[in-house]
Amino acid sequence: MAKKTTASKKDKKTAEKKKIKKPVIKEEKPKKTPVKKTKEPKTISKTTDAKKTKKIKKETAKKPVKKETKKEEKAKKIKRKKTKKEEKPVEITIVPKPKTVEEPKGHKELREEILKILKDEYLPLSIIDDIILIVIKEKGLKKKLKEIIKKSLESYKKTLIDPSEACGIVGAQSIGEPGTQMTMRTFHYAGVAEINVTLGLPRLIEIVDARSIPSTPMMNIYLRDEYCLNPDLAKEVANQIEITLLNDISDISADLTNLVIFIDPDKKSIEKKGIDMEDLLDAVKKIRKTDAKIEKNRVKISLDDPSYKKLLEVTETLKGLKVKGIDGIKRIIIRKEPDEGYVIYSEGSNLEKVLEIVGVDPYRTTTNDIQSVGRVLGIEAARNMIIQEAYNTLSEQGLNVDRRHIMIVADVMTSGGTIKAIGRHGVSKEKESVLSRAAFEITVAHLLQAARRGEVDHLGGVAENIIVGQPVNLGTGAVELVMKRTSGKKKKK
Amino acid sequence: MERARSITKKIGNINFSLLSPNEIRKMSATKVITADTYDDDGFPIAMGLMDPRLGVIEPGLRCKTCGLRVGKDKCPGHFGHIDLAMPVIHVGLIKSIRDCLRSTCRECGKLLLTDKQREEYCDILKKYGTEHRDKTYVFKQIIKDSVKSDKCPHCGRETSKIELDKPTSLRESGKKLTPSEVREWLEKIQDENLPLLDINKRTARPEWMILTVLPVPPVTVRPSVTLQSGERSEDDLTHKLVDVIRINQRLQENRDAGAPQLIVEDLWELLQYHITTYLDNQTSGIPPARHRSGRPLKTLAQRLKGKEGRFRSNLSGKRVNFSARTVISPDPNLSINELGVPIQIAKELTIPVRVTVHNIDWCKEMIEKKATIPSDPNEYCPSANYVIREMEGMKQRIKVTERNAKDVAERLETGAIIERQLMDGDLALFNRQPSLHRMSMMAHRVRVVPHKTFRFNLSVCPPYNADFDGDEMNLHLIQGEEAKAEAEILMKVQENILSPRFGGAIIGGIHDHISGCFLLTQKDRNIPIDIAIHILSATGFKGKLPIPVIENGKSHINVKDIFSTLLPDDLSLEYKSKSCFNCETCEGVKCPHNAYVIIKNGVLKHGTIDENSIGAFKGRILDRIIRDHGMGAGREFIDNVTRMSIAAITLFGFTTSIDDEDIPDEAKKQIEEGLAKALKKIRSLVHAYENDELESLPGRSIEETLEMEIMKVTGKARDTAGEIAGRHLGLNNSAVMMAKSGARGSMLNLSQMSGCVGQQAVRGERIHRGYQYRTLPHFKKGDLGASAKGFVASCYKKGLTPTEYFFHSMGGREGLVDTAVRTSRSGYMQRRLINALEDLRVERDGTVKHSGGQIIQFMYGEDGVDPARSIGGKAIDINRIISDIKEGV
Repeated sequence: MAKKTTASKKDKKTAEKKKIKKPVIKEEKPKKTPVKKTKEPKTISKTTDAKKTKKIKKETAKKPVKKETKKEEKAKKIKRKKTKKEEKPVEITIVPKPKTVEEPKGHKELREEILKILKDEYLPLSIIDDIILIVIKEKGLKKKLKEIIKKSLESYKKTLIDPSEACGIVGAQSIGEPGTQMTMRTFHYAGVAEINVTLGLPRLIEIVDARSIPSTPMMNIYLRDEYCLNPDLAKEVANQIEITLLNDISDISADLTNLVIFIDPDKKSIEKKGIDMEDLLDAVKKIRKTDAKIEKNRVKISLDDPSYKKLLEVTETLKGLKVKGIDGIKRIIIRKEPDEGYVIYSEGSNLEKVLEIVGVDPYRTTTNDIQSVGRVLGIEAARNMIIQEAYNTLSEQGLNVDRRHIMIVADVMTSGGTIKAIGRHGVSKEKESVLSRAAFEITVAHLLQAARRGEVDHLGGVAENIIVGQPVNLGTGAVELVMKRTSGKKKKK
Repeated sequence: MERARSITKKIGNINFSLLSPNEIRKMSATKVITADTYDDDGFPIAMGLMDPRLGVIEPGLRCKTCGLRVGKDKCPGHFGHIDLAMPVIHVGLIKSIRDCLRSTCRECGKLLLTDKQREEYCDILKKYGTEHRDKTYVFKQIIKDSVKSDKCPHCGRETSKIELDKPTSLRESGKKLTPSEVREWLEKIQDENLPLLDINKRTARPEWMILTVLPVPPVTVRPSVTLQSGERSEDDLTHKLVDVIRINQRLQENRDAGAPQLIVEDLWELLQYHITTYLDNQTSGIPPARHRSGRPLKTLAQRLKGKEGRFRSNLSGKRVNFSARTVISPDPNLSINELGVPIQIAKELTIPVRVTVHNIDWCKEMIEKKATIPSDPNEYCPSANYVIREMEGMKQRIKVTERNAKDVAERLETGAIIERQLMDGDLALFNRQPSLHRMSMMAHRVRVVPHKTFRFNLSVCPPYNADFDGDEMNLHLIQGEEAKAEAEILMKVQENILSPRFGGAIIGGIHDHISGCFLLTQKDRNIPIDIAIHILSATGFKGKLPIPVIENGKSHINVKDIFSTLLPDDLSLEYKSKSCFNCETCEGVKCPHNAYVIIKNGVLKHGTIDENSIGAFKGRILDRIIRDHGMGAGREFIDNVTRMSIAAITLFGFTTSIDDEDIPDEAKKQIEEGLAKALKKIRSLVHAYENDELESLPGRSIEETLEMEIMKVTGKARDTAGEIAGRHLGLNNSAVMMAKSGARGSMLNLSQMSGCVGQQAVRGERIHRGYQYRTLPHFKKGDLGASAKGFVASCYKKGLTPTEYFFHSMGGREGLVDTAVRTSRSGYMQRRLINALEDLRVERDGTVKHSGGQIIQFMYGEDGVDPARSIGGKAIDINRIISDIKEGV
């Protein structure tokens, strides 16, 4: 197992390293600008081509020229901004080092000593760690290290699980049984009073179902270095994360007589969110078949082919337009935690994008969206996430369930390399035995499929052996030892 | 014979395949042509649906095919067949038929893939096969690719679009395909292409998915029932088969007579309908076939499907013999290993005993006892109910009656088996549903008792989750020596004291056991020696009496010494008891509440014994005894502690009544003041909200903020009221004693009874629903105050006002609904979990493997530790090892 845990750690680390590397890659982008340059004009020409045809229709020759120049200007601006933004990561990416806590020298020496004493015997790492911690604390114990290890080994061997134990069933029962004692409809508050999170039985079912989006996605975003100390910097990061809709920061009014739309930004909220008019304009520009420009303190949007219906459509899209932030993150709360500095809690989750934000600590930032953890950080990370989330939901309800039971559920869900749900669409669908599948759900379809495929049921599992009336291959039923009759021996002799 | 029985054959595997028309004919005992079942005399018609060659259902009759009878010989029944006039599509396989048509050419039957593509897919499939990966995606891809090509790459025929008209008709570019045409097409598909269509070429041919012959299941599968009136009632399947035969006949006649195409087609479609509903009467898109009474028929698919279907209700779980069920009731005098079984049940249930030279006399005596009738009906005198003799390979089962008892006993020989009645000391499995974990079924030692209920020790309630408000439980007797040994070692109650869920005790003292110990040890006092001896005798104490102290000229014994008699000599513990007040600085030995427990070398030196000492889940003493001295000692401790505390509590007396919740007027006043303060605060909050002065919490609207603030205030108001009430109730109050010792109830319950019930909530919020802008017509519209939104300021003792009562009912209702929903949801989750994890097993090398051989974990739980044996989840108790070593020096 030791191998596996280390492997999982490595997995995570590499995955995280990749994440950190991303900004570094970005920094290379300016060097690649020639490629980009060639690309951008192309797109511009394309759009202008399209517009030219329209222009011919309208026979207004002047506009497109202006547009082109403007577009180029904007493109330049964008580039400038990008370079600006990209310069930042260059400075900061140097700072973060993987936070592997170096083991103190004393510990290391002790560990080696313990391993020497152990020789070929095996003790789990967690026990060795515990021993080290205690022995380091009390100096007199070092002399008795041999005795401690001898006794530990003795009692460890006593607690080992028996072979052929039906650990899966015990695990399933241990998680299922307390389910009846859990509350159903508690939209409880976890840690942060302001954010609602599904807890209790619905959450447990959600985890086991491997749902692609949890019903209440949530993230704990930790910040690094000065970001978690400086409230202004934290606020800045939060602004980059929280989604800001156009409607939230400005008044959108449609002028029906001239068929134009005006966006009047609210100065205060704009400043609060760190958005300037240019950002606003960029965001608005993304809407197709419109043109926008800044007039004094407002943005004016005119349509390419104006109609009343189109105008209303555009206003609606404008209301839901994202100006800044990350999709899916609806609300943000910044709190100062003891020993932690500023921590951002968010309603809504988007791990991919949040990890890219400068100032976010990718090592500790978590989400309750297990599927996205699997996507971003790898299957081992997802396994650990399942264990952690399930364990927390259970213990939050005051239910004490051994970690090993949850581990086995998580391992069954993830052992195939993808996160499979517990149920007819996931694990149960891929069971070997036809009878077992038929006995679970969708009976007839499974039987017909088995007939067509000519499947063979080898009767290896539990359900199928019960169906045919044979002992099950678990526990005492797993022993396939037949005693030779003494009478037979005599004959041979 | 002896040898043949000793070899138990095992089913190695089960192969599934499609039946070919030839095979159906081959296994058929007869062709079925007449739709009628019985003639006027009540005899089955030959070549009819009840043909005697299909098997027999009446006892005594012999089957015409195999010559066996129903009961003893077990004629399994034999299939017949119906030759269909025209081929018919099998509903369940329509999708694979469609896929076959879509991906093959009508002309040459080859796949619509180029040879290169075919080769590639073959390789992929082979690779997936060796890797045990799910191939469904590949098959989908093959079909997708085939559909893309518009010309057959082999013969050049243009492909057409195949559409499926649910449920059973197929169209080729708009034109309907008859089943005959489909069958012809499918026949063309070459064997070597079948693997790419997800069909096993060794066990199936695509054209077999179109039925030309319909197998008729044996009559044993569809027995007809004779009603009391003498009328025969046929099974649903027979009804459906009658329909099929009728239409089939008409179709044949019409076709042979050269009837117009339209009529033939109509009949053909009708035949298709009948066969479709015969296979599955819940096919979407067609109306279900109904019985005369209007009830939908239960046809083949319905028989297998679902919770009441064959698989879940008859194959995965079966009805058993040698079992009993009755109401349960408590008996504190039984050991936790024991179970009181009523005489009536004990007389009915039996255990087989093989007669040998060693026990033949005993067996004879046993049988003879049947004739003697005990004078006292409550006296139990076990005897034998049956004798099973084996003569010339035939088993003979003789019932022992009062009359033949002597005779049977005389003729008893070795080798026979007697089925004797239940006796004290037999092992039996005891179970309560829902069986949510393995402790829901444990083995008990039987003790035959008078009256009609099962009885067991109260400590065993938690694992079964049983109470005595009318619960019933099941008993199963063990019939074999092997099973008995397993039950003894693995399933006995004492072996299940430690729960594998968290590695702690699940069986321990509860309720009165805890109150009793609390009463006994709460104050460090001496009790008169006669009382002490009475208590000690309850535990069956046989050692030396604790040293008495002389007080007022009489011998007294210290209560702690009495308790200490139950402790093993090497027990040393120090911990805080449940009644600990969690003072800021713990004074340890000097604890004013006597809540710091010190046990040294098996002697209770200080502290009160309560839930944290002997209770399930938390009992420290219990936990330590089990770890150090094993399950047997643990069982003994629980038995003795419960007996002792029951003796103590009956001696001292313990009662709680309504006046336990009485509080002085002064306290009432204080509570009222507190509540008034809270109400005032809520008013000011509402006022602030109405004047827009309320500052909203980050990310919350003002309304939400107001609600949250008010909830905070109401919660606090209830707590303070409870606190005041608690302060005035005092520790001499029985109800408080129960709450503090952890026996039953909580301080919250008490504070609700004598202080204030508190805010009622629906969906975690104050009560909103009701009339427009108000909850009840008693309030003004838009009232946001405490009482208008469900705050119950009264206590249960005082009684609730009508509006409060209404709100309280609303909150209560939500709780009931919640429980109802929760049980079904969590039950389903557990079923899924069990199904997904049931095949896992710890191998000899410590890995966890699936029954398919796939490794799930390289070492169980990352350290190979059994959770039931772990110490609170940890592999070893390192602190204890260290302290042991320190003391050892």
